[in-house]
Amino acid sequence: MHPASFGYHAPGSLEEAFGLLRQHGEDAKLLAGGHSLLPAMKLRLTQPEVLIDLSRVPGLNGIRHDGDTLVIGALTTHTEVSTSEDVCRLLPGLADTASVIGDLQVRNRGTMGGSVAHADPGADLPVTLTALNASFVLTSSEGERTAGADDFFVDFFTTALEPNEILTSIRIPLPAAPVQTSYAKLPHPASGYVVVSAAAALSVDGGACTGARVVLGGVGGTPHRATGTEAALEGQALTPETLAAAAQRAAEGIDPHADSYADEDYKRHMAVVYAGRAIEAAAARA
Amino acid sequence: MEHPAIPINVTVNGKTHEAEVEPRLLLVHFLREDLGLTGTHVGCDTSQCGACTVHLNGLAVKSCTMLAVQADGGEVTTIEGLADGTDMHPVQAAFQEEHGLQCGYCTPGMVMTAAYLLETQPDPDDNAIKHALEGNLCRCTGYVNIIKAIRAAAQQMR
Repeated sequence: MHPASFGYHAPGSLEEAFGLLRQHGEDAKLLAGGHSLLPAMKLRLTQPEVLIDLSRVPGLNGIRHDGDTLVIGALTTHTEVSTSEDVCRLLPGLADTASVIGDLQVRNRGTMGGSVAHADPGADLPVTLTALNASFVLTSSEGERTAGADDFFVDFFTTALEPNEILTSIRIPLPAAPVQTSYAKLPHPASGYVVVSAAAALSVDGGACTGARVVLGGVGGTPHRATGTEAALEGQALTPETLAAAAQRAAEGIDPHADSYADEDYKRHMAVVYAGRAIEAAAARA
Repeated sequence: MEHPAIPINVTVNGKTHEAEVEPRLLLVHFLREDLGLTGTHVGCDTSQCGACTVHLNGLAVKSCTMLAVQADGGEVTTIEGLADGTDMHPVQAAFQEEHGLQCGYCTPGMVMTAAYLLETQPDPDDNAIKHALEGNLCRCTGYVNIIKAIRAAAQQMR
């Protein structure tokens, strides 16, 4: 299967990329690793007139510290994230997430920025990045702005990115107190995409939970904060009973979309099961 | 609308190729049709089956999900480039020895993924082998002998 014909540009700088975006407007699509975009183009689900390949733009990949923030360049691949010593040590839940995306070959090409900018409701990273309170750096020729996860993910396949903007990095705060992170996923048996998944980031001090972010994937167009579960954890000792009771509240307020594999009730039940697995795994890391 | 061809320079199995390609040309078609290297197979053509797996700059990738222009300046190894002359790569030899193939269609991709796995993880256990093979499908379902072959190759290579 061949994509429809398109023009190709591989700018060598962000300035050049902004110029191409100005010139081609909404006829252009940005290409990162291409593992969401190219399959969609081969199926003719999208037919951009122009591709702007960001892979030759310097400075868009790699993982670095900026004070108490871990900065992940938008073109950093899932393999680079899942095997990064810093990520494995500081944010094992993020390493776990990156290591279950697609398959080994997909992880060698697919990028964090490409995945989150695509905003597939069956993707893994948006769930975990929301739990980690990540923010997204959106750069244009006018400068840059930062959007939190709640603002960045707008709806199914829709983000806060404006047509003249490029997602250049993802910033993840590293709080002074230890935060335990985890990811649990029910994959579709054929596609590997998320049926339901859950990510947890628990601040733990002396066996008690001092802060919790628990986020569900697969239950709507954007990642969903399980606020009932979070409230049931905060201030509590992380006993098996507390964790089980907190998980029971995961499906509060969700209105999952049914598909041919999973109906709404099944997804509600799996939300409880997978939120439970995520918070148990995070607590076990404390 | 006509879009200009793009000049690329790609090293495949140690040999440099300069070409002008249509932007939409997939890497797998560049390898098979332009270079005549038909050992890399097209199976599902939707990034799932892994029959088209090659190495790009040392990483296993699916060549049906890459544009040839994205490989510009890169080094590609295909199944044809894995053997050293007439000496098979240890993974190829192990697939033969352990009967790690039935119809053979998935085999080039399986071998390329396995060779990459053993470069990055010289002593994988069965679970690591299975995790690494998630992106390679065998419609004959000959996975047991494929895993046996990879275990044998790992031992040979250590």
